[in-house]
Amino acid sequence: MDITSILYPVLCVGGLGVVLGAGLGYAGKIFEVKEDPRLEQVLECLPGANCGGCGYPGCSGMASAIVSGKAPVNGCPVGGAKSAAAIAKVMGVAVEETAPKVAFVKCHGTCDKSVNKYVYEGISDCAMANQLAGGGAKGCSFGCLGLGSCVKACAFDAIHIVDGVAKVDETKCTSCGNCVKACPKHLIEIVPQAQQTRVACSSQDTGKEVMANCQVGCIACRICEKNCKFDAIYVINNVAVIDYTKCKDCGLCAMKCPKHAIENPKAIAMAEKLAQNAAAKVEAAKKPAPVAEAPATEAPATEAPASSTSSEHIND
Amino acid sequence: MDQLVQPNLIMLILFAIFVNNYVLSQFLGICPFLGVSKKLETAVGMGVAVIFVITLSSAVTYFVYHLLLVNLHIEYLYNIAFILVIAALVQLVEMFLKKSSPSLYQALGVYLPLITTNCAVLGVAVVNMQNNYTFIASVLNGFGGATGFALSIILFAGIRERMAFNNIPKPFQGFPIALVSATLMSLAFLGFQGLIQL
Repeated sequence: MDITSILYPVLCVGGLGVVLGAGLGYAGKIFEVKEDPRLEQVLECLPGANCGGCGYPGCSGMASAIVSGKAPVNGCPVGGAKSAAAIAKVMGVAVEETAPKVAFVKCHGTCDKSVNKYVYEGISDCAMANQLAGGGAKGCSFGCLGLGSCVKACAFDAIHIVDGVAKVDETKCTSCGNCVKACPKHLIEIVPQAQQTRVACSSQDTGKEVMANCQVGCIACRICEKNCKFDAIYVINNVAVIDYTKCKDCGLCAMKCPKHAIENPKAIAMAEKLAQNAAAKVEAAKKPAPVAEAPATEAPATEAPASSTSSEHIND
Repeated sequence: MDQLVQPNLIMLILFAIFVNNYVLSQFLGICPFLGVSKKLETAVGMGVAVIFVITLSSAVTYFVYHLLLVNLHIEYLYNIAFILVIAALVQLVEMFLKKSSPSLYQALGVYLPLITTNCAVLGVAVVNMQNNYTFIASVLNGFGGATGFALSIILFAGIRERMAFNNIPKPFQGFPIALVSATLMSLAFLGFQGLIQL
């Protein structure tokens, strides 16, 4: 075999690569364009996760948009106030305060509280399961399938499957919105972190069907709607929806909800405490007291300080 | 070496635009055709960038093939050599535009580097080589082919812009309807077949 039949191709293609590479390197020097030095500084202040939560293609796209003034300095939902302050320093502008936001999974139908139609043993992916008959194994066709598509989508390890339902770790969540896009059931919503009153159900089934499938589903009874003093909660398509611009976070709806489908840690703890007190009273008096009335009359009074602090926050 | 061929140049350009349309008859460069045809504005940008790059790459690959590969009798390496040359060329053009004409660079934007992966560029170079075109014929074939690409992507973008307002059945929304309309365009271009004989 002639050695040249190997040598020529290797030298030719290798040489071509070297020549073109060197040429490009040289051309890079000649055609060097001075970029705005702020671009690199802004890019350093951004988290670098390239999640696309800001609506620009990656962090570098966001940086150039900020430098050219197209995007606000606090446009990065992931970096939050910290990166906004750093970028504002680079850009020499004052930063506007933004309320931190988090993702929230609108389903609390955990394994013990909801029923399944069948046992799903397919690929562990929500979109895959959602294509099956009835939209997955869960009895409620609107509920969290718990197969973790959102967990895979999260770049910040902030969402996990707990008891068969996705739960957001609010300390880690950056509200980038990747899980929102990943959820085939459209269960995840970006909500203001300060507002703790949230409807943890998105079932549009009628009350009867919800009752059959889930212990904590919204049955569209409208008790929350009637009790809200701020006109902030409405039942739309058989599920309660909170208007966060109006909600004062008083937690009354959460206490009144017969299915505990509305989340509010303060109100639920308070309700439990009151129920315990009432039960203790009943125990002490040994007579059937009107248990249901007791928490209802006390609730607004006990919640008053909490609601005033949260309304202060809204006025900011 | 075979004799170089130089057909009627006007016929060659018309042939490349209509009869031998790289997108609608050869099915090359489908990814930018589908990917950047949502808006007329971006389609025009892509079309212009492709015309620019393919014309230039036809010229450069002609020299690489005839001066380098043919002389060393390693014609079989044409694919690798062409890819290398085209990728480097696109980079060089990008740098040059960024320096000399920032407005054109801004207008072409992300489409310029995307052309590196446009198979129509390689396709034109290979067609030039296989048909043994002369230098002028190669460049004009490249220009014609790229113009054909620009024509079809711009027409397609116009159709898709109007289609966005239509009430499309849910299973057809997005890419399915785009592919159906691309098929119909391709069938329409089939009508040019046999119009010109080279």
